[in-house]
Amino acid sequence: MDDKADVWQGTLALMVLKTLEAMGPLHGYGIARRIEQTSGNVLALNYGTLYPALLRLEQEGAVESEWGVSGNGRKAKFYKLTRTGRRQIEKETREWERTTAIVARFLNPAKERA
Amino acid sequence: MKRIRVWSSRLLGSFRKNRRDRELADEIDSHLQMHIDDNLRSGMSAEEARRDALLKLGGAERTKERYRDRSTFPLIESISQDVRFAARQLRRSPIFAITAVLMLSLGLCAAVSLFAFVDAALIRPLPYPRSERLVYVTEKNATIPDANLSYLDYVDWKQQNTVFQSLDAINSSGYLLQSGIGSISIRGAHVTAGFFRTLGVKPLLGRDFRPGEDLAGAPHVVILSYAGWQQLFGGRKDALGQTIRLSYVPYLIVGILPQGFQFALRGNALVWTPLDPSGPCESRRSCHNLAAIGRLNDGVTIQTALVNMQAIAARLEAEYPDSNRGQWATMLPLSESIVGRVRPILLTLMGGGLLLLLISLVNVANLVLSRSEVRRREVAIRTSLGASTVRLFVQFGTEASVLIVSAAIAGLVLSVWLIKAFTGLIPTNMLAGMPYLQGLGLNGHLLWFAAIAALIAAFLFSLIPSLHLKFSDTGAGLAEGSRGSAGRGWQRLGGHLVVIELAIAAVLLVGAGLFTKSLNRLLHVELSFRPDHLATLSVAAPRYKNDERLLNFEEEVENRVARLPGVQSVGTTSLLPLTYNGNTDWIRLVGRPYNGEHNEVNERDVSVDYFKTLGAQLLRGRYFTAADDPKHANVAIVNQAFARKFFPNDDPIGKRFGDTRLSPKSIRQIVGIVADIREGTLDSEIWPAEYLPFKQSADNFFSVIARTGPDERLMLPVISTAIARIDPEIGTLDQASMIDRIHDSPSAYLHRSAAWLVGGFAGLALLLSVVGLYGVIAYSVNQRTREIGIRMALGAQRRNVRGLILGEAGRLTIRGLSIGLSCSIVAAILIRKLLFGVSSWDLPTLGAVALLLGMGAILASFIPAERAASVNPVDALRIE
Repeated sequence: MDDKADVWQGTLALMVLKTLEAMGPLHGYGIARRIEQTSGNVLALNYGTLYPALLRLEQEGAVESEWGVSGNGRKAKFYKLTRTGRRQIEKETREWERTTAIVARFLNPAKERA
Repeated sequence: MKRIRVWSSRLLGSFRKNRRDRELADEIDSHLQMHIDDNLRSGMSAEEARRDALLKLGGAERTKERYRDRSTFPLIESISQDVRFAARQLRRSPIFAITAVLMLSLGLCAAVSLFAFVDAALIRPLPYPRSERLVYVTEKNATIPDANLSYLDYVDWKQQNTVFQSLDAINSSGYLLQSGIGSISIRGAHVTAGFFRTLGVKPLLGRDFRPGEDLAGAPHVVILSYAGWQQLFGGRKDALGQTIRLSYVPYLIVGILPQGFQFALRGNALVWTPLDPSGPCESRRSCHNLAAIGRLNDGVTIQTALVNMQAIAARLEAEYPDSNRGQWATMLPLSESIVGRVRPILLTLMGGGLLLLLISLVNVANLVLSRSEVRRREVAIRTSLGASTVRLFVQFGTEASVLIVSAAIAGLVLSVWLIKAFTGLIPTNMLAGMPYLQGLGLNGHLLWFAAIAALIAAFLFSLIPSLHLKFSDTGAGLAEGSRGSAGRGWQRLGGHLVVIELAIAAVLLVGAGLFTKSLNRLLHVELSFRPDHLATLSVAAPRYKNDERLLNFEEEVENRVARLPGVQSVGTTSLLPLTYNGNTDWIRLVGRPYNGEHNEVNERDVSVDYFKTLGAQLLRGRYFTAADDPKHANVAIVNQAFARKFFPNDDPIGKRFGDTRLSPKSIRQIVGIVADIREGTLDSEIWPAEYLPFKQSADNFFSVIARTGPDERLMLPVISTAIARIDPEIGTLDQASMIDRIHDSPSAYLHRSAAWLVGGFAGLALLLSVVGLYGVIAYSVNQRTREIGIRMALGAQRRNVRGLILGEAGRLTIRGLSIGLSCSIVAAILIRKLLFGVSSWDLPTLGAVALLLGMGAILASFIPAERAASVNPVDALRIE
């Protein structure tokens, strides 16, 4: 249970960071919606899990937060990517690509042998 | 790095919890609002929009909880909650809290303070480098297991041994220091040149003795102790190179010893001079006045070294049968020779302290237990709401820790004070022999000890209630007014604890009784003289040597003192009674076969009025007279032990004895027999003794005893001044009344401190165990109120009920007493060497302890028994 959550959380963190990189400062709800859209609405995100993930990123120094006003006039907390966050994206992207490459080799062993 | 940042942020989060919570609530709120807005825009009804938003979030509360877990440490959170909860609980029952903390801190204080002494004396090494390689070497013979070493034997030992890196000797002495204000007597020590190098001590200033400075004819040099430097020169650097006059001989100051330096075996010397091999004692092989210390070669064990020394002693015995017959070598680790004597008493006292700690632990455990019983329902509720056993254990542990930490702090503070008080109570002359007590106080070892004791206590106090409550049924706990079988179980456990307490109290009481009795026996041991109203001091006149002045010296001192108003009579002796068995002479009886054995007898050179002044009874023959001088025949008075040993069947009066060769000059005739004056310490045996007339064996150092009408303590300075007025070359030292000598003597001191300490522990233990018994019985009466009501309703008389409760208390008491008394006999056998004139099986003591504890127990159970007997059956049945 814990292990799965960790993996999930790891990928969720990367998604959040990439979203912020693409969209600029954004509030939690916006991030959630954006992740859903990007995944082509395939991913059913439990919005509640987003906030602990954001807190962790903030504790790690990857994002900063500030209260502001949303597009339709609601008060909301905006998250912004930091320099540390950008470095983390690079690192995690590399790791993710490596992992998927390894998994891909297992999924398509025949191709590898040929 | 990242982890540190996260942790510190979370730790910070623990403190800014409220703000975070508010912020999160706001954030979630804004999230939901935005989501609902979107949903409404896409055409949902208001109700639908709200439900969908909440659903997608996965519940607002759950989100907050997950968030909270991440923003702080849940463990810290729950611990700080527990601490606050525990503090609140304890505040709510202040009597329990105060009693528990008080008892625990008392127990801890007793154990920690005694441990401080044990640590200082027995655990920490001596303050010399590689002190475990240092040994104390000396001679022994059939009568004296730890005799002095003769200089000539020492020289042979030093040259012939193959086991020591170095072997050096020391001899304590007194000096008269000449200064502007006259002569002051000070303590000094003679050492061979390598003494400080063997110990591994370097002078603070100046230099050590050089090899050869301890040979005859070497220039006179002196090294001052730090205290001597401070006293004589106020710590001025220019002391080096100056000259001081010690007993009229100029000595050049070449060095100052470091501040902490002490050498316990020979007390506090202010001045250290090289040993003079041409002294009157040093030139005779049969004169023993030294102690030696050696540093073992690497790889040599003390056993090997002893074998080597014994071989040398055997060679010397064969070579010099006259002086060395029966003189063997003996050896101990230096630390052993210093602390060996106090070890048994320290360990005994430590044992007492630990027992007190144990009893206080047991008592508090009992309190904790009865509290946990009261809280049964609270715990049952918590358990049924899902608290795990571990969680309960942690909670009880927290409560116990709050108690114990407070108790430990209080106990440590108390013990710092107590250690100071104990050290202050040790007489200075004894403190000099215990350099390891210097700077005694709180240190790492003590804190460790206290911490371990506290940990054990914490474990015990959290284990007991959680175990107790775990095994009891939750449902029963919840049931209204349940006081079912678990109450019985607790009662049984509480009963066991009380039995342990009573047993410990019995052991401590018996110990205290035995020590008190020993002390009493010791202080009332037969002295064969009247110790009251005796003023004593010693007199030294180092410049009087073998001349007319020496002979008249003693007479002059006696005359001057006798003329003082308030002085009834005066006598002198070479060594005061109650000092030690020693300063012996080897005698040989005229007209008896002799095979060369050493007949060792105490030799005391006394004045004409000595026995009369002491109040010692002359059994037969005559006292000395003024005519017993060098011009007349040599005479001697002997004690009863002498008469019994050497003349079991005939009358000693008129018989003659001499030295081992019966040299004509040494032959003397026995003219009287006196009672066995106790020359040795209070707890030592009576040795045969010969008393010689002072004038036939004159010396320039002797002790004066004056019997006074008024308080002898007030007379001492008067006497001292009168003697000093005779001649500025006379010094006086060691003033004390005979009664004070008896009371401050090491053996009396050890017995007294043991009696007081163990007595104090026993008193506390008695109190604690009686209170513990009261608690158990009172609780039992409480539990059985309904049962008692039924019994009475069925016709039981009040006295039956009273008997029921008293019987319960009686059974516990009898079990506690019988275990305690059997344990105390074992304990008494273990400490029998410390007892004086009392056997381990002292029935009066055992009986008195049984009586005392029994009375305490009756007292403790009387009140609850009365309450039980006064139960109104109707009320009892109506309860609940």
